[in-house]
Parts: sequence; structure tokens; C-alpha cells
Amino acid sequence: MKPPSMKFPALRIYAIIYLLFLFAPIILLPIFAFNEGKIIAFPLTGFSTRWFETLWERPSLHSAVQSSLIIAVLTSIFATIFGIFAARGGAMANFPFKGGIIGFIMLPLVLPEIILAVALLVLVTKVLGLAPNLYTIVLAHTLMCTPYATSVLNGAFANLDASLEEAAMDLGESRWGAFRLVTLPLVMPGIISAMLISFIISLDEFIVAFFLSGNVTTLPVYIYGLRRQSDQLPIIMALGTILVALSIILLVAAEILRRRGLRRAGLEDAGGFL
Amino acid sequence: MAAGGFISDDGRRALRSLLPPFVYAVFLMAIPLATVVVVSFQIRGAAASGEWLDGALPPPVAIALRVMVLLYAVTLPFAFVLVARGGNAGRISRFLLLAAPLWVAALWLSWSYLATLGFGFGNYASVFTDPINIRGAVRGGSWLPGLLPRSLFVSVAVTAATVILAYPIAYFISFRVAPENKSLWIFLITIPFWTSYLIRIFLWKVILGYSGVVNTALTGLGIIDEPLTFILYNVNAVIITLAHAYAPFAILPIYVALEKIDRSLKEAARDLGENRLHTFLRVTLPLSVPGIVAAVLIVFIPTIGDYVTPELVGGSGGLLIANRIQALFLQVNDPGLGSALSLVTMAAVGIVAGLFMLSLRRWLKRA
Repeated sequence: MKPPSMKFPALRIYAIIYLLFLFAPIILLPIFAFNEGKIIAFPLTGFSTRWFETLWERPSLHSAVQSSLIIAVLTSIFATIFGIFAARGGAMANFPFKGGIIGFIMLPLVLPEIILAVALLVLVTKVLGLAPNLYTIVLAHTLMCTPYATSVLNGAFANLDASLEEAAMDLGESRWGAFRLVTLPLVMPGIISAMLISFIISLDEFIVAFFLSGNVTTLPVYIYGLRRQSDQLPIIMALGTILVALSIILLVAAEILRRRGLRRAGLEDAGGFL
Repeated sequence: MAAGGFISDDGRRALRSLLPPFVYAVFLMAIPLATVVVVSFQIRGAAASGEWLDGALPPPVAIALRVMVLLYAVTLPFAFVLVARGGNAGRISRFLLLAAPLWVAALWLSWSYLATLGFGFGNYASVFTDPINIRGAVRGGSWLPGLLPRSLFVSVAVTAATVILAYPIAYFISFRVAPENKSLWIFLITIPFWTSYLIRIFLWKVILGYSGVVNTALTGLGIIDEPLTFILYNVNAVIITLAHAYAPFAILPIYVALEKIDRSLKEAARDLGENRLHTFLRVTLPLSVPGIVAAVLIVFIPTIGDYVTPELVGGSGGLLIANRIQALFLQVNDPGLGSALSLVTMAAVGIVAGLFMLSLRRWLKRA
């Protein structure tokens, strides 16, 4: 047999071009963020950090960041708690309508977001008679992030040997004690990974947040507000660079934790989050 | 007891774990979707008038009803656990008893809402007769299709582009990359998905624009004289941007399906004299169909709900159905029509996806 690299060089070249296509926006982002000129185009006009400096002088941006962070933190906590319930229940046993129930929890993953946004807006304003606010966004984001958290945690719980918890209970632990002392430490990397992913999704979510934001401006809503002002574009680039750097750091952390969790459970790596 | 029971002991414990997220999903999915259905049947033009119930009932009653619905949703998991706990006998009747107040409340809310505003099919009539939504019209001498068929067409194009571009990558990672490097490749492919959605769209605007990256590069290299104009502010830009955004959703399911293929099948086909292309077409491709189906559905369904990409890179001619729904709710303040249009859109997506599955099944049977 020929060595793998000799077989289809065309395929390897295609893969590299495809990666370039995938990464093109991320590669260009810092280039324009550190560019001196106001116009986002080549040729570049020189290195400058002035766009980053202007970010500090914007109180409206700061309050947007603050609300986004509050929403993202609360969402990641709630989504992960629900994800733990769902993954534990889904992995543990068979019962009637299991597929249907789990499918329903996973439904927001494939429902068009505009439908979700419309339905939640109608619920909040018509049925509950509330004005959209920060907490309605938390509700909506929890709904959207729970399937992601569940699928991350599914990996952690599916790999778990159920007899470990039973053994602890046979040795005199209560059910909660067995869960806390045996199961929880084993799935901890999965929990942190699920929280990080929910955090990133919530921080970045726009379509539903825009419907439910009311007076609250989240970070994506703030960025969207700048879309018509072309002189604001370099500032968006600077903001984007910070966000992308943050996401990549969090993702690498989540990935390392996920792998450590798999290794702790003594398992083969089965691929990414989704 | 467990042996003859409807649910085993393990099952009951698992079910209890599943209840909180399930009830949350019901409360935040099923109830809102049902509400959208009710609102879509309100009489045409009654839209702008305020809130649920408030016209029909004195405020304290309306508030009490809302509190009841909320309390009910919160306590529902405990109710289900109680139902699951007892023996088989009378379980169904107990379930109905517990669920009955919810149905009564829901029906009462719906009825009083529609009774106040008036019930009618006007919103649906408007969806199907207004040329902008479905029918399309002749404008300025050329045929302008309705927003829904056009959106479906764009979603189909995005799906086709994304899946066709993604397949070779999934194939490459599954069959050509050394096993120890596979998860690194998968990780690399998912990174762009996790970076800010709005900023990615802004960047595509910068890349595809009149004086953007592509045009400056191509004119700089002397390949073209005039900047290309067909790549921004039209449907092409929407397709490129969405194909980029949904790439990982297409690659991962196909990759998972390819990973499951027994490697010896390919070797057997080669040993039996099939050439490389035939091996691919007759062994690998059919076996990866489940992955392709998952990729198609997971790209096609969400793309119809995106209104930001069309707005930012689609130009005036690139607006799609989601933009119209968004405008009906947030600008025109016509939730009745918006709800009807949302439901018709959802049904259309379901029908197209169903037709795809059906034709695929027929094709697979023949092959």
C-alpha cells in the first residue's frame, strides 16, 4: 500500500483551501483591528491600537458587556443544571417515550431561531404580561443552550459505569451522597465544559436576544446597532478581536477538560462537542 | 413490583431526572408555540391591541390566572413523579386529573383572548393572498417571487453548497488523516463556529465588498480590471456567508457516519476488482447516507430562521421570509399576521424536509 499522503494529494490541497475559507474571517479580524486607517480595506495604513483605546471610552458598550455577562453566567449555570438532569436521565435507563422526551429537549437545536424568538416574545408579552427584560433573555438562552449542554454531558454520563454509584450506595452512602462523592467528580470536566460552551453561545446569541431585549442592550445587540455607521467598523473589529480571543481561550480550556475527562474515564476520544 | 410495572425502578429514577429539563422545554416551547397558534387566529387588524385577557377580565383575575399558569408549570414535575410512583391502576385517570387544570386554563386563556379580539382566518388568508409572502408578483417588468418560495430556494442552495463542500473534508479526515490527529482536525473545524456570529457576518461584508479583500486582491494581481459586484448585497453573498456559518454542522454528522464504515468493506470491493471511483459510489457513499441526511436537515431547517445575514449582506433584493416575520413583530406590530406567517413557514420547512426524506428513501430502495 502507498503511504496515505501519496494517495490523493488533491484531497489534501482541497482540505487546506477549505480551512482557509473557514478561517478567513478570523485571520482578517486582528489585521483590521490593528490597522491605523478608518476604511476597512487593503492596503493597510500602519499599526495602531487606537481602536482598542476607544473601546474604553464608551459607557453604553460597558453596560452592554455587563448585561451580556450576567445573562451568559446565569444561562450557563441553568443550562448545565438542566443538562445534568437530562444527560443522567437519558444515560441511565430505558423507560417509555424516552426517545420522544429527549427529542423534545433537543428540539431547540433544530428549530428555526426566528420561530423560537417569535414564540417566546408572544409568551412573555401576551401570556405573562411582562415587558421583555434581562431575565426573559436568560430564560430563552437557557432553553437554547440546554441541548448543547446535554450533548456535552451525554458523553460524560454515557461513559460512566452505573455500578459505581450502586456500589457506593451498598457501602452505606445515601443516594445524594453517592452522586456527590462518586458521580460528580467523574463528570466534573464535562460539567465545566458544558458551562463554558453555554457561556459562549449565550454571549454570542443575537436573533432571540434582539426580540426579547426590550430596554436591555446585550453585546451583540449593541454591535448590530452599529451596522449602518461605516466609521464604527474598525471599533467592531477591535471588539471582535477581543471576543474571538476570549472564545478561543475558553474553547481550548473546554477541549482540554473534555479530553482529561475522557482520559479519567479511560476512554477513546470520539471527537468534538457536537 | 418492578417486573410487571409500566416503568421499571431504574426507569422511574431516570424519568425523574429528565423531568426538570422536559418541563422547562414544555413551558418554554410547547406553551409558546400553542400561543402562537392562538394569536394567528385572531381577527385581521386586531393586532395592535394590548395584552392577553386584559380586555375581557378584571385585572386581579387576569393576574391570578397568570400566577396559576406559572405555578402549574413549576409544580408539574412533582405531579408527574407522584403519578409515576403509584401502581398501574388508575394511573391514567390520575394523570388526566392532574393535567386537567392546565388544559382548562389553556382553553380558557385562548378562548377569552380570541373572544376579546375576535376570531378569524384573516391572517392566513393574508399570508396566502398577499403577493409579497408566497404568490409573488410582476414588478418593473420582471417576475418577483414571493418571500417564502425564495427563502426555501435559498435554504436549499445553502444546504446543497454546504453539504457538497463539506463531504470531501469529512472524507479526508475520516480516511486520510492519521487517527491520532483526527480530533485536532475536528477541533480546528469547530473553532470558526464558536466565534462571534455578528462579527463573522460583518467580516464577510468586508471580504466580499466593492473595495473588499477579494476585489482588491484580484485587481491587484491583475486578474480582473473592474471590481466584482455580484458577490455582495445579493443572494450569492447570503449563500456564501451561511455556507461558512453552517460548515461544522455539515461536516460532523458526515464524519461520524464515515467513521462507522467498516474499513474492510472498501478493501473487499477493491479486491473484487472495483476501481476507486466505483468503490466510493457503491460502498462508501451509500453507507454514509445517514450522515448526509443529518447534515442536510441540520443545515436546512435553521437557515430559514436567520434574518441577520440577509439583512447585512443580502441587500434590498436579498431579504427573506425571516426578515418579514421580524418586521411584522417588531416594526409593523402585527403579531397575528406574523404568527400565521411563522406557522406557515414552519409547515413549509417540514414539508420540504419530508419530501426530501421520502424521495431519498425511494431512491435508496431502488439502488
